[in-house]
Amino acid sequence: MVVADKYEMVCGLEVHAELQTKTKIFCGCTTEFGGEQNTHVCPICLGMPGALPVLNREVVNYAIMAGLALDCEIAEFSKFDRKNYFYPDLSKNYQTSQFDLPICGKGGLEIEVDGEKKWIGITRAHMEEDAGKLVHSGETISTSNESSVDYNRAGVPLLEIVSEPDLSSIPEVIAYLEQLVQILDYAEVSDCRLEQGSVRFDVNVSLRLRGETTLGTRTETKNLNSFSSVRRCMEYEVARQARVLDAGERVVQETRTWDEGRGITLTLRSKEEAHDYRYFPEPDLAPLVIDREWVEKIRQTLPELPVARRARLQALGLSAYDAALITQAKAMADFFDQALSVYGDAKTLANWVMGDVTRLLNTHQCSVADSPISAKQLAELLALLDKGTISGKIAKSVLEEMYSTGKDASVIVKEKGLAQISDEGALLGIIDDVIAANPQSVEDYRAGKDRAIGFLVGQIMKATKGQANPGLVNQLLKEKLS
Amino acid sequence: MEVAEKSVSELQELLVHKDLSSTELTKAYIERIQTVDPKLKAYLTVLEDQALAQATEADRKIAQGEVLGSLEGIPMALKDNMCTEGVRTSCASKMLENFIPPYNATVTDRLRAAGTILLGKLNMDEFAMGSSTENSYFTKTRNPWDLECVPGGSSGGSAVAVAADETAFALGSDTGGSIRQPAAFCGVVGMKPTYGAVSRFGLIAFASSLDQIGPLTKTVRDNTLVMNAIAGYDPMDSTSVPYEKPDYTKFLVNNIKGLKIGIPREYYGEGIDPDVAKGIQAGIQTLIDLGAEVAECSLPHTEYAIPAYYLIATAEASSNLARYDGVRYGYRAEAEDVLGMFKKTRAEGFGQEVKRRIMLGTYALSSGYYDAYYLKAQKVRTLIKQDFDKAFERFDVLLSPTAPTAAFKFGEKSANPLAMYLSDITTVPINLAGIPAISIPAGFVGGMPIGMQLMGKAFAEGTLYRVAYTFEQNTNYHTLKPSLSEEVLLGW
Amino acid sequence: MAISREDVEYVAALARLELTEQETLEYTEQLNSILDYAVMLERLDTDKVMPTAHAVPLYNVMREDQVRPSINHEKALKNAPDGEDGFFRVPRISLT
Ligand SMILES: [Mg+2]
Ligand SMILES: [Zn+2]
Repeated sequence: MVVADKYEMVCGLEVHAELQTKTKIFCGCTTEFGGEQNTHVCPICLGMPGALPVLNREVVNYAIMAGLALDCEIAEFSKFDRKNYFYPDLSKNYQTSQFDLPICGKGGLEIEVDGEKKWIGITRAHMEEDAGKLVHSGETISTSNESSVDYNRAGVPLLEIVSEPDLSSIPEVIAYLEQLVQILDYAEVSDCRLEQGSVRFDVNVSLRLRGETTLGTRTETKNLNSFSSVRRCMEYEVARQARVLDAGERVVQETRTWDEGRGITLTLRSKEEAHDYRYFPEPDLAPLVIDREWVEKIRQTLPELPVARRARLQALGLSAYDAALITQAKAMADFFDQALSVYGDAKTLANWVMGDVTRLLNTHQCSVADSPISAKQLAELLALLDKGTISGKIAKSVLEEMYSTGKDASVIVKEKGLAQISDEGALLGIIDDVIAANPQSVEDYRAGKDRAIGFLVGQIMKATKGQANPGLVNQLLKEKLS
Repeated sequence: MEVAEKSVSELQELLVHKDLSSTELTKAYIERIQTVDPKLKAYLTVLEDQALAQATEADRKIAQGEVLGSLEGIPMALKDNMCTEGVRTSCASKMLENFIPPYNATVTDRLRAAGTILLGKLNMDEFAMGSSTENSYFTKTRNPWDLECVPGGSSGGSAVAVAADETAFALGSDTGGSIRQPAAFCGVVGMKPTYGAVSRFGLIAFASSLDQIGPLTKTVRDNTLVMNAIAGYDPMDSTSVPYEKPDYTKFLVNNIKGLKIGIPREYYGEGIDPDVAKGIQAGIQTLIDLGAEVAECSLPHTEYAIPAYYLIATAEASSNLARYDGVRYGYRAEAEDVLGMFKKTRAEGFGQEVKRRIMLGTYALSSGYYDAYYLKAQKVRTLIKQDFDKAFERFDVLLSPTAPTAAFKFGEKSANPLAMYLSDITTVPINLAGIPAISIPAGFVGGMPIGMQLMGKAFAEGTLYRVAYTFEQNTNYHTLKPSLSEEVLLGW
Repeated sequence: MAISREDVEYVAALARLELTEQETLEYTEQLNSILDYAVMLERLDTDKVMPTAHAVPLYNVMREDQVRPSINHEKALKNAPDGEDGFFRVPRISLT
């Protein structure tokens, strides 16, 4: 588009990820999603007069874990600060967050966009509390005459991950977000349920004429909760800023909000309002001194991350594409690894996992996590196939049977008598019958028409309902006819 | 002597020997409240029925020889900024006029567990901001020694209730002198413990890094008994210190021979009423006669304490009081949009002094001023703390007047906020340093009580109690009571 | 005058306080007199002084990640000026 030729986009992202703790960051209320409005609350998360916060140790552990997964420096001294601003979903009208001494310092991750690898820097990551939820009487916030507040989410622990303004295209932004969410998923610090808002995105974007070196004025659009709204929002915002600049006007530095319904962004808070948060050290909490033993203890428990996982699968002979496909979601990658621990042939396994298993799950709209076929059961099926107990064709039908009944492959094969016939005696009898019944084909074969043998084999397989061992049939038939 | 006049320790004797029932005692206090409080206005809420029910329960336990709490059957009252489940907790503000907490402050729970009877909630300056209790939204509390004088503040109701025998003891909170100064003005014993010694959970915050709860009592012994019940680590307060809590009564020894007492010169500067200085001088002589080694010393940064205190306290307050917006609890003014609702609610719900401090604190934190004001004040706080550390290398205890003057007349200072702030010079440095300090009755000036302030190292409350007890045992100020005869009460 | 009327209006807006003309004038004057007094702090050289946030320094005060009972609806909304079917209600949120 025109924008792309004339202007260059500069984008930085703030990602808020809910950490997977049982309880809120400063009180013992559950973090469980859903639940009747204002039932997961207490004097502390409701900001009742006199209530005081006490930090949840697990929040710090998860923050350190995420920091390590994102190659961040972990601070030795860190503290909480109050970010002061008024909003109805903020029960104390200040957010307990971290200002100048965040728990995680510089880090980053590598993205790949059409073959191009690029390092995206992470400036910092800090712990803070989530706000409550506003429910509007009308379509959108702006068209509602009143709103209702539910504080169940107030105080749920968040990790805010701030990127450098290193992103210069929408595909890069999406790639970064996919990578980031994948890492948080693998590190098991967040359940990454985007549809439940457990990861949310703030987009800072500005335009400048190509070749310019100074940054243009940026806007920040808050609280996007899907990759697609990020894409749409950025397309809109880039176009809007381009129009403003083309008209010779200036972009206003401000906080904007995304109206999903109308597909536009709107002014939320203007600059001076937005930027006087009056941060100061939280006097109700003690600072953190994070000794290196603490960090190392957590490093020991850090799960294998996507990059390492892909490398390992490629080392087992999988193509980069297959490895990427299998490791996209941690649940699938774990399913693959479990099967692999029993069934050694990574390539065959990969083909089945990406092929029939995935197809089966998709048709039943079932996630790998709650697949009725366990990884071990799949491994057993493939073992039977290798042993020649069943044919590939039969294996596929057994897989479906396994899905619907949850039974083991061996059980199904036994019950339905699906094992291949590899008993020469039994086969020779059938072969004789077929030869006798098809003299013409025998003629053709002997006359040198090799195709004819295929027909005869087919007849034998038919006679044995596909259970004859095809290799053996071929061999025996040739002997007979020669 | 009326039972209501007795000390907690005397009452404990009577109760355990069944010479007096908690019900009789509670009734006596309620009668006393009905007689004098219409004039003194120490109470914002009196809980007659609940108190009598609790007293009956205490009597039953005593009768059946059950295990008793350390203060079983003793009636008491709380400053109205300490949360009491099901009982209105107003902070003497229109903002919280109808606020009924769904939970108890830790001190409320601990006093209940100790078997005390809650008589009611006491008046104070709105959100504990003030030194005269004149900033209460509801009413002025009068000083029982002279009904034309203020009781001091912000725990004015607590000091008056104890001085006028409307309770056996009371709790107050002290951010810059709010326990000690009213205790001095009303002639009772008031302790501001070390920051972190008593849990702040459920104490409605004014300035989080300075607030501390403490007892106001008729005697030093009573004070140790109450401290035994309320002090000690609380996991619900992140600033609560896990320290080895002693039995404070162990420090009640009538002997200070060889104890080193320092007299900080800066606490006797201009603004100190010469008669008050003279009175304290006499007190010092008494301690010398009792064997204390007294010498002058210096806390050079004292004069900087006032600006440092007011910047830190108001900055924290501006944030602590942001939650009062008319959404979850408290007063709400109607408006067509949220912004308007917030502004009107806070404009109408807060009093002048509270708004003034929110303005000052917001300004001190607003962009461009943080370093010049808040950060600077926190650095000065370090210097003030170091002054004390140095002094305590030489002395066990520091001594000063609790307040520059005796109780002043209503309206005398309220016209000029700065003048009111300056009168806190002898008390705010202690909160900045987080150390303990106690005010004990030390004589009279023009018929009004004055207080002697004793300051100690962090967690050295015991040493303060020892000096205070020895002084008390060798003087009779604490035995004198204000006369609240019919005439006095009807004279108004 | 360190603080202008505009400063006072800006601060009042930040603090969500609707001030009367009378209050605006009063606070402008009073904040000035208080801050004029605070100027004395500048006399102290504090470049090498560490700030004190807590008089008694504590570190790493944390609790375990264990669920404690929340309070029920009724308790949560008991004090709400405008609570209905379990929600706290507020008037229109206008985007400024
Ligand atoms: Mg944030
Ligand atoms: Zn809670």
